[in-house]
Amino acid sequence: MYDKTVAQLSAGLQAGQFSSVELTRSFLARIAALDGVYNSFISVAGEQALAAAAAADERIAAGTAGPLTGIPLAHKDIFCTDGLRTSCGSRMLDNFVPPYDATLISRFKRDGAVTLGKTNMDEFAMGSSNESSYYGAARNPWDTGAVPGGSSGGSAAAVAALLAPAATGTDTGGSIRQPAAFCGITGLKPTYGRVSRLGMVAFASSLDQAGPMAHTAEDCAWLLNSMAGHDPRDATSAPRAGEDYRAGLEDSLKGLRIGLPREYFGDGLDAATGACIQQALRELEALGATLVEVSLPHSHLTIPTYYVIAPAEASTNLSRYDGVRYGYRCDNPSDLLDLYTRTREEGFGEEVKRRILVGTYALSAGYYDAYYKKAQQIRRLIKQDFMDCFAQVDLLAGPTTPGPAFPLGAKTDDPVAMYLEDIYTLAVNLAGLPGMSVPAGMVEGKPVGMQLIGQHFGEARLLNVGHRFQQATDWHLRRPANLAVEVA
Amino acid sequence: MQWETVIGLEVHLQLATRSKIFSGSPTTFGAEPNTQASAVDLAMPGMLPVLNAEAVRYAVMFGLGIGAEIGRRSVFDRKNYFYPDLPKGYQISQFEAPIVGRGSFEIQLEDGSTRSIGITRAHLEEDAGKSLHEDFHGQTGIDLNRAGTPLLEIVSEPDLRSAAEAVAYLKALHSLVTYLGISDGNMAEGSMRCDINLSLRPAGSDTLGTRAEIKNVNSFRFVEKAIRHEIDRQADILEDGGQVVQETRLYDADLDETRSMRSKEVANDYRYFPEPDLLPVVIDEAFIEEIRAGLPELPVEKRHRFIAQYGLSAYDANVLADSRDLADYFEAVAAACGDAKIAANWVQVELLGQLNRSELALAECPVAATQLGGLIARILDDSISGKIAKQVFEAMWQGEGSADDIIAARGLRQVSDSGALESMVDQVIAASAAQVEQYLAADPDRRKKLVGFFVGQVMKLSKGQANPQMVNELLAKKLV
Repeated sequence: MYDKTVAQLSAGLQAGQFSSVELTRSFLARIAALDGVYNSFISVAGEQALAAAAAADERIAAGTAGPLTGIPLAHKDIFCTDGLRTSCGSRMLDNFVPPYDATLISRFKRDGAVTLGKTNMDEFAMGSSNESSYYGAARNPWDTGAVPGGSSGGSAAAVAALLAPAATGTDTGGSIRQPAAFCGITGLKPTYGRVSRLGMVAFASSLDQAGPMAHTAEDCAWLLNSMAGHDPRDATSAPRAGEDYRAGLEDSLKGLRIGLPREYFGDGLDAATGACIQQALRELEALGATLVEVSLPHSHLTIPTYYVIAPAEASTNLSRYDGVRYGYRCDNPSDLLDLYTRTREEGFGEEVKRRILVGTYALSAGYYDAYYKKAQQIRRLIKQDFMDCFAQVDLLAGPTTPGPAFPLGAKTDDPVAMYLEDIYTLAVNLAGLPGMSVPAGMVEGKPVGMQLIGQHFGEARLLNVGHRFQQATDWHLRRPANLAVEVA
Repeated sequence: MQWETVIGLEVHLQLATRSKIFSGSPTTFGAEPNTQASAVDLAMPGMLPVLNAEAVRYAVMFGLGIGAEIGRRSVFDRKNYFYPDLPKGYQISQFEAPIVGRGSFEIQLEDGSTRSIGITRAHLEEDAGKSLHEDFHGQTGIDLNRAGTPLLEIVSEPDLRSAAEAVAYLKALHSLVTYLGISDGNMAEGSMRCDINLSLRPAGSDTLGTRAEIKNVNSFRFVEKAIRHEIDRQADILEDGGQVVQETRLYDADLDETRSMRSKEVANDYRYFPEPDLLPVVIDEAFIEEIRAGLPELPVEKRHRFIAQYGLSAYDANVLADSRDLADYFEAVAAACGDAKIAANWVQVELLGQLNRSELALAECPVAATQLGGLIARILDDSISGKIAKQVFEAMWQGEGSADDIIAARGLRQVSDSGALESMVDQVIAASAAQVEQYLAADPDRRKKLVGFFVGQVMKLSKGQANPQMVNELLAKKLV
């Protein structure tokens, strides 16, 4: 029951092969038995999940169920959940129980999905390895000595370890795609504005976007159907209705033109990983696609641009954590300044503090023009690079990451090396485009992801390409060797 | 040395929208603390602002009211600073691209002269909450009801030259925004708060001196006093050869002095940058034209029309056009009685006087404009004298009905029947032999004074209802 896709589970529930309560119990039991190793959950919903499952079973019995009714999901601990702690991976929100649901959560509730719990993540989504979490790093189920990637590492690890059939993540610079690649699952970052940000704890407002993480592209389509759509309470939400992302999954890839940005196949790319990607591209060619070399000439400016804009926005988004209204507050503050400084000193971790400092500096009088304003100008050039490519091709393909998952602790002392992990994913966020990672090979026993980058609101096309690729390959069906544990 | 005062004002105007600028919470004043603060107002994690379209409409109305450029693409920015009553740690404001650009409007001074005052810009922003320092035993309470109330910050050019001009500017601004209906303009409740930028320079110089900013002055009277005080303070410094420090000062109404709050040199770096949670506000011609078409006649236009159409003095026109309610009332009285000048006089002297004494607002006035117009009509057709009219007005105030009802019920109609008057005059002359003798012996100048006695006696006999002009004519005829 635990090693099935969302589509298969949905069919089983509708056919009465098992109930949502049974299904939910089975995942809760696996989490209880196995997550001590993976540390992929920060909070497990337990009773709330079983109550939701029972309600879902009633809907199924009454014939009013939708495709996701009764399906257990794990949500990144960045989405506010009514009555369920939402920590964002930080000591600052360790005690925070929201009195409201994020729009994404209420949409899943509306459709009858069950929340198993909240997954581990880098603190405030700042990180590429999950190691900045206040709750300790989640482990990569393929190699528990390696990172699962970040920031949505808990979600990726939970799905890869078969502790949840699918999960949600958020992606500000690669935080869905990179952990999906490291953990051998499929992850989609939709177009900026496609999924509401309301109730999602903000990191960098102009880059943050929520998306699905699952075994297959098809499952991602099922989840995105629930998630996508206009939200009048998020001014940056695109004023477009949702669409059925399952409709075009089977479309032929004949005549599809795929651009290969030459900058994504250069020196920084691990040779074995590059070979996997080349093999995957040949599969796409075999499915009827034409490969075209293209260029993203401003790629070398992506990291500095991102690491000005994202910390700048983050530095002010995180100002609200001041110990006044909710969250962590230092003991016995002597005065207002002491309240602020000690609350933030004690409540935030190192990486968060580093980014607040960088961002504050970039926005300061006298530096604003040289940093923030310049970065915004370059951001427009980066976006224009993509637009120029899309004049020639339908989508872009390349590696998701420079190499497979690295060992825990390997890059924690070198922030710049850590930032380089996201070199192929960051530009997609700067341009507001949809991007997806699909399993595309193995290197040293660890998964490799291929990244597909689409045009604005071109999620359906990405999912179609991912799905056809997965029909022709079996990388998404591989499982870590030690997972076939039946839990009583 | 002769010093010239240079003043620019920043007014924070609370807009009278029903809900807040970025959330659906109500904006009602005076509610229990923290009962009108939603998750958005409290800056709970994941909450996002959504712009209130009504606030944009009000800002555009103001812009059109001062003939300003409307920002076709205005941008919200974050102004970053930490304070407990600022929940997000930043205020959403507008910095580089405000919704209202350069404009101007006319103010009228005490002597009736007018001046045009430049407006640099006006931008939308959210108000902060309030810190409460009482009742918390050495701790501070926070009330976030006000957090997120829409404000229009209106920045004037340094065009004002005295306390009187500053007050005239604020009164004209108050009049404009209440005409537009975009704010209640209630200074006591903080709907209109004023920051004063003031500097002195040698008379005739055209370079600006170093200014001090006086924060949050919240009544016309305090503005006047704070400015007078600050002028004296700066003049003393300059006369002694010193230099004014650029700083923020606070006006203490109890002590009637300003004192330093903080020095601008160490002021916050607000790290303004465009608010990524909101899209730029794009305003098209059609939206502007729709608003323009719906604008009421504004105070300056009305003042000019009152002078041209009714022949009022500049002073009277200014008083009557000050508020839309009063102007409407005056025009209704004028229409009902047919004489605008007398109507203007009655509204200003009797009506406003009575309202003042009763501490009532015009909206609570017990005398309708048509009633007052009916009363004046009776003066004009000689049914009653001006003196009796005041009596009728008193009765009207007490709710005794229309002028005609009161005149009839109290028998106040003026006696203009020459037969009846003649017999009263005869009666008085017959009863006043000594005064008649005195009168007849007097020279013409003195006679003019002495005739008053006889008029008074006739009026007394008629209970005030005798037509005074006819009585005078009859006496002139009989006392020979």
